[in-house]
Amino acid sequence: MSTHSIHVTINGTPYDERVDARLMLVHFLRDQLRLTGTHIGCDTTHCGACTVVVDGEPVKSCTVLAVQADGSDITTVEGLEHDGKLHPLQEGFWNEHGLQCGYCTPGMMMAAYGLLARNAAPSELEIRQAISGNLCRCTGYVNIVKSIRYAAAQPR
Amino acid sequence: MIPAPFDYHAPASLAEAIGLLQQHGDDAKVLSGGQSLLPLLKLRLASTGHLVDIGRIPGLEYIKEEGGHLKIGGRTRESALERSDLIRNKYPILYDTTIVIADPIVRNRATVGGNLAHADPANDHPATMLALGAEVVVTGAKGERTIPIDRFFTGLFSTALAPGEILTEIRVPVAPPRSGGAYVKLERKVGDYATAAAAAQVTLNSAGAIERAGIALTSAGPTPVRAVDAERFLKGKVPDRQTIAEAARRAAQAASPSADRRGSVEYKREMARVLTARALTTAVERAEGH
Repeated sequence: MSTHSIHVTINGTPYDERVDARLMLVHFLRDQLRLTGTHIGCDTTHCGACTVVVDGEPVKSCTVLAVQADGSDITTVEGLEHDGKLHPLQEGFWNEHGLQCGYCTPGMMMAAYGLLARNAAPSELEIRQAISGNLCRCTGYVNIVKSIRYAAAQPR
Repeated sequence: MIPAPFDYHAPASLAEAIGLLQQHGDDAKVLSGGQSLLPLLKLRLASTGHLVDIGRIPGLEYIKEEGGHLKIGGRTRESALERSDLIRNKYPILYDTTIVIADPIVRNRATVGGNLAHADPANDHPATMLALGAEVVVTGAKGERTIPIDRFFTGLFSTALAPGEILTEIRVPVAPPRSGGAYVKLERKVGDYATAAAAAQVTLNSAGAIERAGIALTSAGPTPVRAVDAERFLKGKVPDRQTIAEAARRAAQAASPSADRRGSVEYKREMARVLTARALTTAVERAEGH
């Protein structure tokens, strides 16, 4: 199996790493870099727990090879908070009770982060569509939508 | 889940990619968006010695009208189709199709060429491209050749692509005036494959009768199914309710779905009928400019 040198920027920090060809981005983040905020859920592209933002677009990191991400700029849930100040999305999930067990939360937040980057004032329908590839098994969707609306309403 | 080991290649040009495919033959697979192939490799339903990633080859992502065709680069992502004003305004059948493929996050990676070349009869673009009378451009060592979409799907997960060829472009004829199309899909939830789905594209003449109809079905057999009998029946007829109902009945007869957790054969065939009628109705409305 081939191995590859990759250069990626994650949450503003540059990394130069060696990866096996078959290493998935989610395993690269969690096991190699110990960025365990990104969760593995279904591992088959259905649940969205592993969602991270690559070059501005949310992707399911269980279905991207680490080597495919070579040269890209990645934001994970760890990149939301700055200097102890929560991102409006994190604040929203806190204030609006947007999480119960918390398993889907990083993926939900990163899907929402991708949405808000493209559309600063999404309608409720647009929010629901944007997270339609993210499953919450606590079925806490009502509060998740409220949390994202909260974030969208914050001045940035 | 971890795929079986393979070598990964990221060619910088089409020629280099074709060379790699030729060199490794059956032991190589093309990686486009990877949203079908990577899960298959992880589940070990597929394996390959060499993965040839076409994602770093410039010039394979575009949507443009040129020379009487809508041209879509083979590696164009579904999300690009979804955000294209040209697609939204002039090719609503393609917009209908892309927004029901998988989910928005998967669509950020999934590609139109991949959706066709994977040749899963449950994929959505094949039926739409059959209804539109599209053709695909494939590029190999000897250059380009064009394959009518009718001859592209040769069996379950099989296409007319020869070893060493890459699907590089999809060409859809620019529709004449008074044309319209629609794609209607029944799915259990967002991200699921179609229980049944129907694509319809019609062109009306000045008297309001059907000049050309293209109808095709998803999840209706081992390959995407073109409903030829229904298309012939419609030609020259004014598409009123009864005519559409009869065309839908004929289209459903062309379906040979298999039973699974999404439903029985009878249910799926009945849904093919209902969805064909809906797709035709919307296609005619759009052709009439409603």
